[in-house]
Amino acid sequence: MRASRHAAPASLPIGSDADLAWVRQQVRQAAAELGFGLVQQTKLVTAASELARNTLVHGGGGHVEITPLDSGPAPGLRLAFVDAGPGIRDLDRAMTDGYTSGGGLGLGLSGAKRLVQEFEVDTRPGEGTTVTVTAWATVVPPARPGP
Amino acid sequence: MTGPSGSGPAGFGPPVAGPLGGHGFTVPVLRLGDILLVTLQGELHDGMAEQLQQDITDRIAHTRVTGVVIDISGVDVVDSFLGRVLAEIAAGAELLAARTVLAGMRPAVAITLVELGLTLPGLRTALDVERAMELLTAGERQGEGSP
Amino acid sequence: MQVSVSVSEENAEQEPPAQQVSAFLERRREQVAQRWADAALFRTVFTVSRDEAVEAGRSVAAALAAVAAAGRLDDIRAPGFEAVRDQLGRMAASRGRMGIDTDGLADEVAALREPVTDLLRAEFPDPNAPEAQECVLALTVLMGTLRLVVLETTVSAGEEVIARQREQLHEVATPVIKLWESTVAVPLIGTLDSARSQTVMESLLDAIVAERARYAILDITGVPTVDSLVAQHLMKTVAAARLMGAECIVSGIRPAIAQTIVQLGIDLGTVLTRASLADALAYALSRQGVEIAPLRTDSAGVR
Repeated sequence: MRASRHAAPASLPIGSDADLAWVRQQVRQAAAELGFGLVQQTKLVTAASELARNTLVHGGGGHVEITPLDSGPAPGLRLAFVDAGPGIRDLDRAMTDGYTSGGGLGLGLSGAKRLVQEFEVDTRPGEGTTVTVTAWATVVPPARPGP
Repeated sequence: MTGPSGSGPAGFGPPVAGPLGGHGFTVPVLRLGDILLVTLQGELHDGMAEQLQQDITDRIAHTRVTGVVIDISGVDVVDSFLGRVLAEIAAGAELLAARTVLAGMRPAVAITLVELGLTLPGLRTALDVERAMELLTAGERQGEGSP
Repeated sequence: MQVSVSVSEENAEQEPPAQQVSAFLERRREQVAQRWADAALFRTVFTVSRDEAVEAGRSVAAALAAVAAAGRLDDIRAPGFEAVRDQLGRMAASRGRMGIDTDGLADEVAALREPVTDLLRAEFPDPNAPEAQECVLALTVLMGTLRLVVLETTVSAGEEVIARQREQLHEVATPVIKLWESTVAVPLIGTLDSARSQTVMESLLDAIVAERARYAILDITGVPTVDSLVAQHLMKTVAAARLMGAECIVSGIRPAIAQTIVQLGIDLGTVLTRASLADALAYALSRQGVEIAPLRTDSAGVR
């Protein structure tokens, strides 16, 4: 069995381009240690990259909490991206493919959602946004509820 | 370009892949006859990717090459930002009458990009650099003769 | 192990049946275990050595004694069962792998009751005395509870088996075949759900790298229905293959499926399609400058 010695949550700052790269590397490493397959790792790292960039660009910086979950039937990784920025005014619109307020492709939130199994946005105008995603290292994906 | 973020706790910063250390590289751009070969590897910070886009466009304009090959076999994550940069490099090159081929995308990256919703339509692709060169040099012969 | 405890009838008379059953199971644990070792359930699971079967029987008897001592004869949540829950689960799973279904397993557990009640009856000078009857009844209830505990473990164990088999099926059912130089094909058979299409995509892309393929054929002759979800999976696979520099051809679209695709208004977009795998291969070959021609001009026509 994999030891649960990695199960300590880590918090990484998101304040610059270099921090984004560092977040990607740390998420990759955490996912690999939990036994995520290469494709699963890549999906999660890509989702992390999208969300960390949102935190940086739209949230004015913040941090990410990386929590390994190894108590369930399959190991998982939870990432919480936290900023104290302006918040997302129209969440439904922000979740739509192609909608962008920051000059990107508008795939950040909606795309990241498709790359993970669980996705949650908590946003308050003027107070900030927390996006929490969870991915499970399972070969047979659990029955996913419809969108 | 980018300074280390001051918000993080001391001692938790990137030990190797610091803003300008470790992976802080310049992207190799080689000219092979009429073709420009750009090799991307490892972590590419957002700022560097944008710089690269500028550099390549300049090089095409000055050297009058007819083709550009971007080798991404060494890249393990392509998110929507880098995807947009790659698409824009290609679009810019086309305007300067140079055809661009994206070569060597890894399977995990391809799956992730598609899931993300980024299929890069209109961008030429090849399995590896060799095939990309083939495509650019013998492109006129192949490709036209469809049944 | 020597068992040298004699029955003290006079004490037993004052105890409630559950306590008597508990004492009996402690006292006769060895004999119970020996009898169970010959029962189908233990005998077929522990094939390597009888000692193993006896040891397993001892721990089950001890657990039952603990449950009875706690007076929780009909409680499948009794803490006494915890010690053997895993073991029972493994035994049940083992029987399951040998093809024994839940009913068969239930019968096998039920068959453990008779040897142990026989032993209990023999403890009494008069097996028909009301006190003896009460104890046998208590033991019967307890054995019934054991049966439920075993069946409960199979429910969760069964789910694991199903998950594992599904996983194996995904891998087995998606062979990627090299048809020609630079040409690979996946004949898809059966329903294309999300998990399966993911596996297909991964194996196809890996094969494209391994075979340096320029053309990848997805043959859906064996796919019973194409709904918008399946179409979406197909398009994703085609898009991913294209990103890697390979051209994807979807073949084997039967007339009925073509009808459905049109009726549902599914847009296969720019996906290249061919009626049959042969047509798709012919296309891939012609694109590579390979021509298929009959060896002799008078032989039957080849498409």
